[in-house]
Amino acid sequence: MDVQLIAMQLLSGAVLGAVLVMTALGFTIIFGMLGVVNFAHGALFMIGAYAGVAVAMQTGSFWWALLVAPLAVGALGLLIERFLIRPLYNRPADDPILLTFGLGYVLVEVVRIVFGNDGIPFSTPAALVGVVNLGIGYFPIYRLFVIAVVALILALLWLGLEKTRFGLIVRAGARDPQIMRVLGVDMRRLWFLVFGVGIGLTALGGVLAAPMRNVNPEMGALVLAEAFVVTVIGGLGSIVGAVVAGILVGLVVSLTSLVAPEMATISMFALMALVLLIRPQGLFGRAGA
Amino acid sequence: MAMLEIEDLNAWYGASHIIHGLSLTVEQGEILALVGRNGAGKTSTIKAVMGLMPRATGRVSFCGRELLALPAHERFRLGLGYVPEERRIVPGLTVRENLQIGLVSSRAPIDEDEAIDEIAQNFPRLKERLGQQGSTMSGGEQQMLAIARAMISKPKMILLDEPSEGIMPVLVEEMGVLFRKLRDSGITLLLVEQNVEWALKLADRAVIIDQGEVVHRASAASLLANAEIQERYCAV
Repeated sequence: MDVQLIAMQLLSGAVLGAVLVMTALGFTIIFGMLGVVNFAHGALFMIGAYAGVAVAMQTGSFWWALLVAPLAVGALGLLIERFLIRPLYNRPADDPILLTFGLGYVLVEVVRIVFGNDGIPFSTPAALVGVVNLGIGYFPIYRLFVIAVVALILALLWLGLEKTRFGLIVRAGARDPQIMRVLGVDMRRLWFLVFGVGIGLTALGGVLAAPMRNVNPEMGALVLAEAFVVTVIGGLGSIVGAVVAGILVGLVVSLTSLVAPEMATISMFALMALVLLIRPQGLFGRAGA
Repeated sequence: MAMLEIEDLNAWYGASHIIHGLSLTVEQGEILALVGRNGAGKTSTIKAVMGLMPRATGRVSFCGRELLALPAHERFRLGLGYVPEERRIVPGLTVRENLQIGLVSSRAPIDEDEAIDEIAQNFPRLKERLGQQGSTMSGGEQQMLAIARAMISKPKMILLDEPSEGIMPVLVEEMGVLFRKLRDSGITLLLVEQNVEWALKLADRAVIIDQGEVVHRASAASLLANAEIQERYCAV
């Protein structure tokens, strides 16, 4: 097997991983801060893709879809937190799990009713069609664009978390919500915003993935499992962990599919099992957390 | 009118009734020592004031504002500072960031750099460590940081939960000097302590509680002189 082929496959893995990171980030942040395992996360990824399709059909522009769909689905996330999740905060941990589990099904069925069962093609924007010669081989321009967008979002998130007052509140609130309350921070408002951002991120993942996958009502199911795997590997609630584990899972799946395509999906679960055996708290998790 | 008035306070943790009809007042500009045995309800009393008890009834007013109906974050904004027993230095944050979180919701706009400079003058040990992870410091230094974090927003009153616990004697002395200085600058302190002698030497007045009720009130000086009462309610 030649080196160039492996290099190209690694690059494909990075693209896969980049989309995963967008979904897993929201999943792990919501879990880390709100303590809510959001089983509707995959469905909201799918909603993101459909919102992208809808906006693109209306405006005729992929760029508008990329901008508007995550914001609109993020706003839907705010409504979900406010009216469905918030009333359950003082209830047993199972309640939000059951609620989001059911919500995921409802969202899938709603999309089926509105858009039908069949997949919808979502064409690559004209400016990003084609391939580019990287010296090691030809690679689709759109996939490089996906890596760039995710890198940009991660850089913005990092800046926001490390350099702003709001970011400081989020970082501190993730570690010790009670002390933040007695320092005057309305944690409920913070959770509300964090939920919205987390859902906006997964919706962005959905829009980015749409031109590379078939947009259909079921596309979120595997995404939810992947977000789970990435969160466990990276460490529950760890942002850095989600980024590293997302890329790692992308690379492992991609390399496995080179040698044994039928094992690709399983390889990610095997990786998770391995990490759990060696380091149960995940790569970047805090022991006991 | 007293700065903090607690009247007929009852508080629960789940089914256990911890505070039974407790009443006390803290006057503007004084240090009140709240003493009593382990488990007497001292921590629960100040948690009820800060809004951290799951259930509390009665009347607690601060500067004329009724507190019990307010969420914890709004109580802070009225000018209440809190130094918890476990210190609660946020892991993963530097000393500077641990100070900054004390300012994120302050009532008045406070210049961050100025406020941190001012704190650094009071706490030379923290000044050298601003870039260090707060949770890697010694217990005494973490306690100083917790106090500094409560002071930085310039509250009217600070509630301190066993600040001297597990701290080197030399630091405890330093802390005493600081508390007097705070009082002299007009800040009211409610000091919960196991170290009764130290607390009474610092305080103006003292309240002893036992099993969630006030059992004795006196000036700190007279209680310091009364070994019998101290023995009866505070002996470990």
